[in-house]
Amino acid sequence: MEVINGMLHGFAVALTPVNLWWCFVGVFLGTVVGILPGLGPPATIAMLLPLTFQMNPTSAVIMLAGIYYGAKYGGSTTSILLNVPGESASIVTCLDGYQMAKRGRAGAALGIAAIASFIAGTFGVIALMLVAPPLARFALSFSSPEYFALMCLGLAMVVLLAGESLVKALLAMLVGLWIAGIGTDLFSDASRFTFGMTELLDGVDFVIVAIGVFALGEVLGNMETREETQMLPVPKGLRNLLPTKQELKDCRFAFLNGSVIGFLIGVLPGAGSTIASFISYGIEKAVSKHPEKFGTGVPEGVAAPEGANNSETGGALVPLLTLGIPGSGTTAILLAAFILWGLRPGPLLIQDNPELFWGLVASMYIGNVMLLVLNLPLIPLFAQILKLPVYMLYPVIFGISIVGVYAVSGSLFDTWMLAAFGLLGYAMRKLDYPSAPLILGLVLGDNMERALRQSLMMSQGDPAILVSRPISAAMLFLAAAVLIVPLFRKANAWRIKAIEEQL
Amino acid sequence: MERSRFSRGDVVSGMVLAALGVYIIVEARHWEYLGADGPGAGFFPLWYGIAMVVLALLLTGGNLLRRAAAAHAVPANWRKVGHALTSWAAFAVSIALLKPLGFLVSFALFTFFVVAAIYRRPLPAALAIAVGGALGFYLVFPLALNVSLPVGMFGF
Repeated sequence: MEVINGMLHGFAVALTPVNLWWCFVGVFLGTVVGILPGLGPPATIAMLLPLTFQMNPTSAVIMLAGIYYGAKYGGSTTSILLNVPGESASIVTCLDGYQMAKRGRAGAALGIAAIASFIAGTFGVIALMLVAPPLARFALSFSSPEYFALMCLGLAMVVLLAGESLVKALLAMLVGLWIAGIGTDLFSDASRFTFGMTELLDGVDFVIVAIGVFALGEVLGNMETREETQMLPVPKGLRNLLPTKQELKDCRFAFLNGSVIGFLIGVLPGAGSTIASFISYGIEKAVSKHPEKFGTGVPEGVAAPEGANNSETGGALVPLLTLGIPGSGTTAILLAAFILWGLRPGPLLIQDNPELFWGLVASMYIGNVMLLVLNLPLIPLFAQILKLPVYMLYPVIFGISIVGVYAVSGSLFDTWMLAAFGLLGYAMRKLDYPSAPLILGLVLGDNMERALRQSLMMSQGDPAILVSRPISAAMLFLAAAVLIVPLFRKANAWRIKAIEEQL
Repeated sequence: MERSRFSRGDVVSGMVLAALGVYIIVEARHWEYLGADGPGAGFFPLWYGIAMVVLALLLTGGNLLRRAAAAHAVPANWRKVGHALTSWAAFAVSIALLKPLGFLVSFALFTFFVVAAIYRRPLPAALAIAVGGALGFYLVFPLALNVSLPVGMFGF
């Protein structure tokens, strides 16, 4: 009953003209971003975040979430037409999608990708709607020790699957914690790591680090080369974009597989849509009557990973909205956005801000329909975006980055910090340091320190409080296991294989 | 396998991070570690500083051991790195020019440099893209979205 009432309330919010507009803007931008190789959802959300400060938070989160899941629809386009994934989660789609395109079935491949995305995306939203409220109620019993343990577990999972080197991922996370610690201390008024600069007393704005590391780091990395890619012709007209009845029949299990696997993987911090798409592709191949045909252009090879990729969004929003724990770079930026708007994702979000939670869920249903409508007939139009030369695109990204950072504080000092973090982001890419742990360390750093210090205050300084409570002990044990298990050769080989699939 | 090779970048980055860890520890020791009300401002930084030093030394040490085993170093493509660093330097210069020239002029200059020098497009095309881009930013941000841009001594 709670869910039905919530959804009715959510649709009343999401169907207002202003929220419909921002939902459309979000999914449209997301599709464009997904199509453009070299510009991912975290970079785009980070760049546009400052421009949402004047907006109503519900409209803003509807738009930013639209970018998040819209990019997943768009990401398949370049995989199928160019054999170049628009984002990492679309890598698997290249295997069969590009082969289908080479055989003159580009339209059908794009159509299957859009239909799978729609089905699985909707499944993910339904699962989010059903799972989030009871999980939030359960999390109401959490206190500081449980939150500290939960954040440790979240960070450990992200570190585990973030990079080939566990040491580098941990170091990136520690740098994130250090950046989060810059500024005035939460409990006392001590200024920490400010180098005597008054500009740093309020800390380093998350937006600057996110834009610098994600957007500028990514663009600088792309500016190393000037490779041109060859686009295959896109069939015109809706008829050519619809798959045949047989192709849809072949994809029945793939739609279901992608939906379920995507959601389950999405709930786990750190795993993300790339791993979800690989696992669902692997399952599809394993249960197929003709596994040898995978990689030669079978429609199930497109439907399963594209479905998993989209269903993962609903899963990833579960820990973010109910526990306040992001599981990836993009959800970390969304968490920062909530905090900047004065909201606190966690067990009380649904109770205190039903308009926002249910409005967001309802908008995702609407957004998925919008994306299906946008992606089926308008794919040839969107594909024209690929003709935009990078030498026009990249300066615009630099420009939007400056505007985004300047819009937050009006300070030129922050634009210098942006340049510094852009260089850091590029250096991290070159040296194979993953950026997601840094961003998560930065976002969770303050909360983690607060939870730890409050826990120790509760116990008069006795750290045993962290392991004497069953939930926190279990989560800390899991976090430790997650970091210790890769030390064993076999487990580490599995971990590296999973990460290589992501790259 | 590339990951088992010696990487000079890992050694240097490990040393830089170890130095950062030492800095964090030294700074943290100036703040209260444990007071009557519980942990102080130095408690959390001290522990992640120690963790940073240990991990950074592991990274550096592991790589030096690989070098001792005469493993091949991962070669860096300095030409590619040069492209990226030149672009970054141009971006840094454009930021330095924000105060005297304002956003629109410094952005146009940066765009002109990227198009003409980094991507080697004809000068008229670079000029058109630079001016068009700056005009586009003016139309979208200050005019349409009412978002202020850094203004220079010329008032725009």
